[in-house]
Amino acid sequence: MTDANPNTQRELLSLERGADSTLTIRLLGKWHLNRALPAAGLVNSELSATPAPRRVAFDASQLGGWDSGLVSFLEGVSELCRTRGIAADRSGLPAGVQRLLALAEAVPEKQGARSGEVRAPFFARVGNATIDYVRAAGEVMAFVGDLSRATVGLVTGRARFRRIDLLENIQNCGANAVGIVTLISFLVGVILAFMGAVQLQQFGAAIYVADLVGIGMLREMGAMMTAIIMSGRTGAAFAAQLGTMKVTQETDALTTMGISPLEFLVLPRVIALVLMMPLLCLYSDFMGILGGAFVGVAMLGLSFTSYMRETIHAISLSNLFIGLVKATVYGGLIAMAGCLRGFQCGNSSSAVGDAATRAVVSSIVLVVIACGVFAFLTNVLGI
Amino acid sequence: MAGDSIKAGAAAEPHIIVRNLTMAYGSFVVMRDLNFTVRKGDIFIIMGGSGCGKSTLLRHLIGLNEPARGEILYGDFNFTGADPVQRELLLRRFGILYQGGALWSSMTLAENVGLPLGEFTDLTPAQIREIAALKLAFVGLKGFEDYYPSQISGGMQKRAGLARAIALDPEVLFFDEPSAGLDPISSRLLDDLILEMRNSLGATIVVVTHELASIFTIGNNSIFLDADSRTMTASGDPKELLAHCTNPTVHRFLTRGAQEKELGKDGQAS
Repeated sequence: MTDANPNTQRELLSLERGADSTLTIRLLGKWHLNRALPAAGLVNSELSATPAPRRVAFDASQLGGWDSGLVSFLEGVSELCRTRGIAADRSGLPAGVQRLLALAEAVPEKQGARSGEVRAPFFARVGNATIDYVRAAGEVMAFVGDLSRATVGLVTGRARFRRIDLLENIQNCGANAVGIVTLISFLVGVILAFMGAVQLQQFGAAIYVADLVGIGMLREMGAMMTAIIMSGRTGAAFAAQLGTMKVTQETDALTTMGISPLEFLVLPRVIALVLMMPLLCLYSDFMGILGGAFVGVAMLGLSFTSYMRETIHAISLSNLFIGLVKATVYGGLIAMAGCLRGFQCGNSSSAVGDAATRAVVSSIVLVVIACGVFAFLTNVLGI
Repeated sequence: MAGDSIKAGAAAEPHIIVRNLTMAYGSFVVMRDLNFTVRKGDIFIIMGGSGCGKSTLLRHLIGLNEPARGEILYGDFNFTGADPVQRELLLRRFGILYQGGALWSSMTLAENVGLPLGEFTDLTPAQIREIAALKLAFVGLKGFEDYYPSQISGGMQKRAGLARAIALDPEVLFFDEPSAGLDPISSRLLDDLILEMRNSLGATIVVVTHELASIFTIGNNSIFLDADSRTMTASGDPKELLAHCTNPTVHRFLTRGAQEKELGKDGQAS
């Protein structure tokens, strides 16, 4: 029903310059929000014409109907009149419109209420961003420090959290994640095998696909894929849970009761994920190898037994342990990133969403960095 | 039932003393130069318009925010800048009802009320459950022990929050907007509960509210925070403030702006 035709806009309004320098604004037809209404600017040229009108009057005798669209237009015209020092005579308007205009003008604009949309100069913005980064780094340090202290407290038996919370978290980030880990790991095994097969078949060495998949899954991909799944699944959930608890003041309620939210909420989550990640990784390794075997048997014409025998021959315990150590570290990083982002959450429901997003981004970045560090270390140590 | 005549035991003994308190977020000053004393057994109202810093003041009183300047004393104990361990010990003698109840959503009502008991007493789980059920019965939630907060209404959540706040028989009870979002009857019931807590437990009670009915029903001492001047502009018994206070903002607040001219309400167009 929207009608943007400028002709309609003109049909709603006619301007008439009287003899005594009075500008009469005649309102015609129906002024409703769902139609294209004229802007106050239309009157502007007439108001600023020379000689300027000294008075503005309104004629609403042919006005068919109105809603706040008309009031908004008139408010704009009044504003223009005020800045130009032109008197506006509202007596020709319907009584309801006059009252609404009076209501809109009853409380003067609060000084400084309009936030200044001043764009800071480039260097100021760079400086502010840097200061924010330093402050954020300080927050991270404080969080890691507090968490370390809480962990020491846990070892000496002073940390407080409910055992049921730990068990629930273990179930959530362990058992409940098995399905998705199965799917992704199996597919990653399949993909690895395909990639290897294309090259290795050219040399008639298709059996070495088993080596590629086995070592690849154990050393890198098992831990990495589990970490990425858990970032999206559990890291985001931690951030959203803690963020919501902050919004609803549940964390405040813990603090003022003398219970540290860090011990009560963060510790069980970190412990659960650190415990579950190596297990999930081990499972993921196994599923990846099965995925590789599937390609080997179905596409490369290898027998399942020979594929497995080659895999066992290729992989070593050190490969497995490197993967498991990585998974444990990734688990700690993901849980900490998720909980920290949750605690940094602002006080609204959109802030909770932001916290979850930031948790996923942070944990994936951390995991990739840690992966690089591991690659360097294992290379230097020759394992 | 208005409780201005009933004063618990040691009447005029100061319990909470606030001196020259200035509250700020970064460089933005919320309120400055607050000075007031809450006596033992008072029901002390922090009132003022929306967004003037009432809840911020409450957060300062319970140590969730640190004062930019000034200090808060509980009896002889200087709360501001005190040793964290000492502070925690004091906090255990407080009960706080947050605006939305702030019940821990992963726990049942009995577990919510029982958590502080389990943390800070040597009671057995069976005893804890018994006491939790008793506190829930105080607030009219007998039989709801095994409900989760999401399964009960907003008013019930607030009452359950009150049950948790009184779990450890606190000496000071803080209420943040207890009647916000409640219908008149529920909010009246909550007022009655607040009075009952003061009379039976002898607790000092601090209430943040802008609900006039509550202010006059339960309050016997108050301060008024003024958003424009960013400081307190009145203090004393709200009923006396209504009768004698000359500050126009305070008077307008306490009379619902009765002296202001009525604006037209029939602006609806056809």
